[in-house]
Amino acid sequence: MAPHLRKQLVVVGHGMVGHRFVQAAIERGLTETYDVVVLGEEPRPAYDRVALTSFFEVGAEALSFLPEGAYDDPRVTLRTGAVVTGIDREARQVALAGGEVVHYDELVLATGAAPFVPPVPGKDLDNVFVYRTIEDLEAIREASRGARAGAVIGGGLLGLEAANALHQLGVQTHVVEMAPRLMAVQVDDAGGAVLKRHIEELGLTVHTGVMTELIDGDDDGKVSGIKFKDEETMPLDIVIFSAGIRPRDALAREAGLEVAERGGVLVDEQCRSSDEHVWAIGECAAPGGRMYGLVAPGYTMAEVVVDTLLGGGAGAFTGADMSTKLKLLGVDVASFGDAFGTADDCLELVFADAVAGIYKKLVVTENADGGFELLGGILVGDASAYGVLRPMVGSGMALPENPEELILPAGRGGGVELGLPDEAQVCSCNDVTKAQIKAAVSDDATLNDGGPCTDAGCVTRCTKAGSTCGSCKTVVKKIVEDHFAATGKTVDKSLCEHFAMPRQELFEVVAVHGYNRFDDIIEGHGRGRGCDICKPTVASILASLLNHHVLDGSNATLQDTNDAYLANLQKNGTYSVVPRIPGGEITPDKLIVIGEVAREFGLYTKITGGQRIDLFGARMEDLPKIWKKLVDAGMESGHAYGKSLRTVKSCVGSTWCRYGVQDSVGLAIELEMRYRGLRSPHKLKGGVSGCARECAEARSKDFGIIATERGWNLYVCGNGGAIPAHAQLLAGDLDRETLIRYLDRFLMYYIRTADRLQRTSYWMDAIGGLDRIREVVVDDSLGLGAELEAAMARHVDSYFDEWKATLEDPEKLARFVSFVNAPDTPDPNITFREERGQVQAAANDGPVSLGSTIPVGGAR
Amino acid sequence: MTIETQTGVGTAVCRLDQVRREAGVAALVDGEAVAVFRTYDDEVFALSNFDPFGKASVLARGIVGSRTVRTAAGEEEVPFVASPLLKQAFDLRTGVCLDDPAVAVPTWDVHVVDGIVVVGGRRETL
Ligand code: SRM
Ligand SMILES: Cc1cc2nc3c(=O)[nH]c(=O)nc-3n(C[C@H](O)[C@H](O)[C@H](O)COP(=O)(O)OP(=O)(O)OC[C@H]3O[C@@H](n4cnc5c(N)ncnc54)[C@H](O)[C@@H]3O)c2cc1C
Ligand code: SF4
Ligand code: FES
Repeated sequence: MAPHLRKQLVVVGHGMVGHRFVQAAIERGLTETYDVVVLGEEPRPAYDRVALTSFFEVGAEALSFLPEGAYDDPRVTLRTGAVVTGIDREARQVALAGGEVVHYDELVLATGAAPFVPPVPGKDLDNVFVYRTIEDLEAIREASRGARAGAVIGGGLLGLEAANALHQLGVQTHVVEMAPRLMAVQVDDAGGAVLKRHIEELGLTVHTGVMTELIDGDDDGKVSGIKFKDEETMPLDIVIFSAGIRPRDALAREAGLEVAERGGVLVDEQCRSSDEHVWAIGECAAPGGRMYGLVAPGYTMAEVVVDTLLGGGAGAFTGADMSTKLKLLGVDVASFGDAFGTADDCLELVFADAVAGIYKKLVVTENADGGFELLGGILVGDASAYGVLRPMVGSGMALPENPEELILPAGRGGGVELGLPDEAQVCSCNDVTKAQIKAAVSDDATLNDGGPCTDAGCVTRCTKAGSTCGSCKTVVKKIVEDHFAATGKTVDKSLCEHFAMPRQELFEVVAVHGYNRFDDIIEGHGRGRGCDICKPTVASILASLLNHHVLDGSNATLQDTNDAYLANLQKNGTYSVVPRIPGGEITPDKLIVIGEVAREFGLYTKITGGQRIDLFGARMEDLPKIWKKLVDAGMESGHAYGKSLRTVKSCVGSTWCRYGVQDSVGLAIELEMRYRGLRSPHKLKGGVSGCARECAEARSKDFGIIATERGWNLYVCGNGGAIPAHAQLLAGDLDRETLIRYLDRFLMYYIRTADRLQRTSYWMDAIGGLDRIREVVVDDSLGLGAELEAAMARHVDSYFDEWKATLEDPEKLARFVSFVNAPDTPDPNITFREERGQVQAAANDGPVSLGSTIPVGGAR
Repeated sequence: MTIETQTGVGTAVCRLDQVRREAGVAALVDGEAVAVFRTYDDEVFALSNFDPFGKASVLARGIVGSRTVRTAAGEEEVPFVASPLLKQAFDLRTGVCLDDPAVAVPTWDVHVVDGIVVVGGRRETL
């Protein structure tokens, strides 16, 4: 098409819905005919506002939907920091804050909503915040430093989320709600009472049924207190308003477009406003007069507009599911469908356990066949059934004979398996049905690079089911697994051809039988003689369980390349040697010894990415001599060769740094010394930073610890490498003893249950996410805590240096020769070249011969 | 040391008990690095120590095991060594790479005589 025929589409607002609109426009080909210009007011591209609270844990980068800052499609222009100030419908152009105007053929408003701040005196004081953008959260975090107490005004879904975040920032937090109960929109009185108890158990103070009269300020114009009606002023330093949202419809109003009575750009079922070239989607829109404060309806609206602009008449927005699940740490609350039982002739089934703090209500109705159908419900204290129950609403599916089974705890007959009908919507955020999930994994699917999805994670990537709030993930996984099981496509979990079980099972087998030899294990539970996959796996399991020398007896031949020689094999057949430098701290004397060793043996030296020194190019027969010098100088193996603890990286911390709040070097050394030599499914790395500046990059480690004023925050399951993952907060403000206890449990739990070569981040996804780890490690839900700690204590007590032990054992030393029949002849195949004044490995094209220096005979 | 055996003359490289079961040692035979392996049932094999993929003299340090190979004749349990560098598997009997049959490493005759491992001549063909 000739360029001058292309039309221009302008999107105002680059939030969640604006972004989804552009994505759909690109995917479905709208950019074939339109140039798209996106004008967003925020300083950064769209990000996951639903997950906003996790900003405190993961940072802005991780929340971004568009980390590269631009769309792949060159026909889309994204401008951030661009505030639209007016619409000229006559001229079809929008005006920007700087005075610039941008022409449009079609205009899509996706300006979202703004938090509502009631006209309370003092609302403009410093340290009064709302909770909507990354900038809001940054400011709240800044103000929380040194703040003692704060209040969140509004006890709804968002208010509670904000309150918990404030509490996590170490501020004593009050939740102030005008209504007589929390989450008044979603939860009934009985549920609200249970919820209140849970919130109070988190350490928050809840005030319900109170009116805020004014916010008091000090001489600097900062918040100093809050006064409720008929009460004394309560001193505090921070106030966050979370008293509802209002659609940002000012642009539309000023341009004379129709708006709904309670706000929002009035649009029809195609999301078209009263001007045929202006559309509104997301929270700024009011289809049929009603605005929706959730992301899922906004996404549907975005799809509908793309549909309509493409000329397809199919899409229409006709209302939305307002189900919600609270994303609060440690409190399970969900409300879905007709939660208050407003339909005629409906029945309520209630299960309440005051002691356990559980309240569950199902709203059901009798159908024509005399069975029951689910209309909605409320779950407080245990929302595990949410994923199964929510899709049943509106699916027309009949409930089991005794519907109360659905909400009874598992031990009392609950936990029944349910077959959802294919049309049931499983992911409400992205409107994905069970049938669509099954289609994604079916043989003729083409979503995954032209083929079917291979697992639940792949389905989430390809269909978006589970990618937003995450509450449907367990159901998605179940559907995928059931599908594979039903089609006889069992996911093969065999370790290799010799063992028909995954590592985790093999670990159990070895532990239960108390095996200590590979031969017994493969005879009893495998076939053949093993290979380069199962042998190192068994070696690692035995090492974790027995903590013996890895080169002991017949186990020596199981070890992988590097473990077999307690050093890392290099490409020319030589080895590298890495002495342990705990926490990266080293004395000048040891540094000098390392330098001397390198000089004596002609080794290439390099500072590693793990805060220590690697000596490369050592001949196998020289390894014992090198170790001896290092051991004599008080050093030991750094296990750079093992699937085991590598390093615990440290920053300098409070001993020198002017920002440090704890002794990070001291803790890093303590942890490295505690877990050194611990054999694990994959390598393990740790890090300790002395303050939130995070100079030790602890959050890129399997376990990372960041000092706080009150102790240590423990993050788990991060890594660098090919697919980096940020570690996530497992528990905050721990004292040293608790921290070590959690770490002991965490590491042992990983060692026992992870798959071969599975780093902690993948393991976390496989076993059920951070929540599962928290249950086992922090809440000790499996009652395994003491056992895991005892296992770690055994490891710590039985640690020895593998290098030293090898030096003391002639039998082990005997293997460290170039040739069994010519131990004094260096291998002529090993060659070096020189670069920048040091040796480098050089390759040979073929075997090198010394010539016939040893007499031979026989036919040649 | 050169010794006479029933099959000819060869190089005595070590005692059998110096080679652990399911492991190898490197020996210098006629100036060349030869990897001598011992299987679980005490058979011995000799291959060039040079890994043609990784281009380094390392095969003796690999893991020894067995692999099921399906051929027209049925299934066969093949003793193999995995290179310690990039884990390509070589058939201990023939030197042929199990992952890429176009590649093979040279093999040597080898026997155990009175508890001594004797490496004979390099085999001309597979
Ligand atoms: C020496 C060093 C590079 C350097 O010159 O700085 C290095 C060298 C090797 N790395 Fe590394 N890694 C080194 C730091 C890192 C780091 C940085 C860090 O630890 O802060 C990373 C990313 C962080 C992480 O692991 O999460 C890193 C990610 C990897 C990976 C990818 C792991 C992943 O989960 O994706 C591998 C491959 C693997 O382990 O399977 C790897 C594997 C290797 C191996 C062991 C490859 C091998 O099997 O031979 C290299 C041989 C080391 C040797 O010969 O001594 N190395 N490697 C660093 C040694 C650190 C130490 O003191 O022990
Ligand atoms: C803490 C928090 C938790 C939430 N949790 C959930 C949840 O669990 N489930 C759920 O469904 N929803 C949740 N929501 C609501 C969800 O985030 C919103 O429904 C969603 O972001 C709406 O998308 P939107 O694009 O309409 O608005 P927004 O994401 O707000 O995007 C609108 C964008 O337009 C920009 N803009 C406005 N006016 C202009 C202008 N004149 N010029 C240029 N740009 C402009 C704004 O700066 C903003 O970037 C949560 C919200 C918050 C704040
Ligand atoms: S993380 Fe904090 S304490 Fe550690 S070096 Fe950086 S600024 Fe200093
Ligand atoms: S229901 Fe929210 S991601 Fe699926």
